[in-house]
Amino acid sequence: MAEGNARLMTAVEKRKKFQGLKAFLSNGKARVGLIIFLFFVLMAIFAPVLAPYNPSDTNFAQLAAPSWRHWLGTTGNGEDVLSQFIWGSRTSLTVGMLAGLLTTTVAVLIGMYPGYRGGWIDNVLDTITSIFMVIPSMPLIIVIASYIHSSGPYVIVFVIGFTGWAGGARTLRSQTLTYRNRDFITAAKLSGASELGILLGEILPNMLSLIIHVLMGGIIGGIMSEAFLEFLGLGNSSVISWGTMMYWADAGGAMLMGAWWWLLPGGLAIAVVGMSMALMNYGIDQVTNPRLNTTAKEKVRKSSKSGGVEVVKP
Amino acid sequence: MRYFIQRLGFFVLSLMAAVSINFFLPRLMPGNPAEAMIARYQGRLSPMALHSLELQFGVTNQPIWQQFLSYLNNTFHGNFGLSITYYPVPVMNVIANSLPWTLGLAGTATVIATVAGVFLGVLAAWHRGGVIDSILPLVTTFTSSIPYQWMALLLLYVFGFTLGWFPTAHSYSTILMPAWNGPFIVNVLYHAILPAATLIITAIGGWLFGMRNNMINILGEDYVVFAEAKGVKDKRLMLTYAARNAMLPSLTGFGMALGFVVGGAVLVENIFSYPGVGYQLVAAVTNEDYPLMQGLFLIISFAVLLANFIVEMLYGRLDPRVRKGGANS
Repeated sequence: MAEGNARLMTAVEKRKKFQGLKAFLSNGKARVGLIIFLFFVLMAIFAPVLAPYNPSDTNFAQLAAPSWRHWLGTTGNGEDVLSQFIWGSRTSLTVGMLAGLLTTTVAVLIGMYPGYRGGWIDNVLDTITSIFMVIPSMPLIIVIASYIHSSGPYVIVFVIGFTGWAGGARTLRSQTLTYRNRDFITAAKLSGASELGILLGEILPNMLSLIIHVLMGGIIGGIMSEAFLEFLGLGNSSVISWGTMMYWADAGGAMLMGAWWWLLPGGLAIAVVGMSMALMNYGIDQVTNPRLNTTAKEKVRKSSKSGGVEVVKP
Repeated sequence: MRYFIQRLGFFVLSLMAAVSINFFLPRLMPGNPAEAMIARYQGRLSPMALHSLELQFGVTNQPIWQQFLSYLNNTFHGNFGLSITYYPVPVMNVIANSLPWTLGLAGTATVIATVAGVFLGVLAAWHRGGVIDSILPLVTTFTSSIPYQWMALLLLYVFGFTLGWFPTAHSYSTILMPAWNGPFIVNVLYHAILPAATLIITAIGGWLFGMRNNMINILGEDYVVFAEAKGVKDKRLMLTYAARNAMLPSLTGFGMALGFVVGGAVLVENIFSYPGVGYQLVAAVTNEDYPLMQGLFLIISFAVLLANFIVEMLYGRLDPRVRKGGANS
């Protein structure tokens, strides 16, 4: 009986989840964000096919302005900027995604499980989370990177994983706390489901949108941190990524020589990917916080203005 | 009072965490990196300086708890050893020379970004669906995704090199002698505009977004609707009724936001050769000047944690629920 009830509740929650996905996709901003992000992912996957030249090939004219042969010009070493841009997306997105997955996993482990269990472990881990939230992470990343010599992109993933999980853990924990005493959790408990089963089978699916939120924050955080370390010369500058592109452009005096085509693409790509994440987050906010919609409608009704705001159709 | 003690306790605890991370990191790394550094400086530094370095980085036979205690004692007295880059200048002097620049730059930028972001967020939420609300969040979504270094390079390229409106490096013209007089202060402000603008532009979006969403939540509250029905004037409703309460959740994010600004300041200072702690930190790392690096990391952490503590005290004053221990997180 209780089990049936639990099943029923899960079914209802599941349907909600699909509605969430639909609501997410029906949001114009979220759709644009998703398309932009997929564009870069495809670019990274098909880099060998798309790149016109070998990104490390230095046989071209140095500092050539954009032309038909070199759409984004060449670097001070005579490399094709477009090819570097396309190959750079591979490193930057891979580092970002791995770092995002790592921080999210840590955030789930440290935020969700203890949040559900409660007790002293939860207290200790919550305090540690608070501490990691306030210790400035960028200086910490610099210090760690300086001790680990020759830190390539994948070492950077671990450094970011070590420092960047706290915000996500806090978000997930507070959401888990609100689920702890819900009826469908009690039902699952009575039906004899194990703790881990409840956490993975009942709570996790409901928190999926929030976890994706945390994951996207982790991805862009990872991309930014990689660019941060590479720019300061603390990474491995022989790897081609959007971060090292900026590093070489700055170190090679692109600015003094007016080579904007060398200076701009790397950072611009990071900004656009970051924006795509923010746009998708916006869509998720609309799904997880229905109030952002209802008040919108009220307000629109009140001032009899319309347009401008995407309202998710119920 | 309980709230005060609790927050003070957390401040001390997080400070201890930063101090401990600083102590244990080099010791935990495979093949203690400081050991390699000390070996390299054999013969170039005085034996006494070398000995103190050895003590500082645990290249001794002392048990680790004893090392930790003497490290704590030194840290507590502001004794971070001698800088290797500026040998034999004590690390504390380097910090004392660079910290004011960063505090001035990052502090002012944070305050401006916060105030402007909160204000724009209120406007966007109030005129929801209007022109401001449809343009501002889009623009700031983009600006807040921009990497600091890119924004800094762009501003430097356009306004520094191409247009020549602003100086391209340093915190003041080297022909001037530092003094508390009009021309010098104006010169310092002039040099700070581009670096500060970088930090403000990239930080403003986060505040705007948070504030806008809080505002919208608050505007849906019954008391606001009631006040509106009662005929409270729009401006008063917006600022006194809604904005004041909507601001509270934004404040809790201040600590993290400050952390980001500090990260941004590191990049910005390096691009503009601005002589703050971020510039020194990267220089220390490049020169493997571990004493300076450790001292800088501690002082940066200390500044951020202290600012966070002050904001929490402010928060306690503003929100009696927190002070009385009703809300927990």
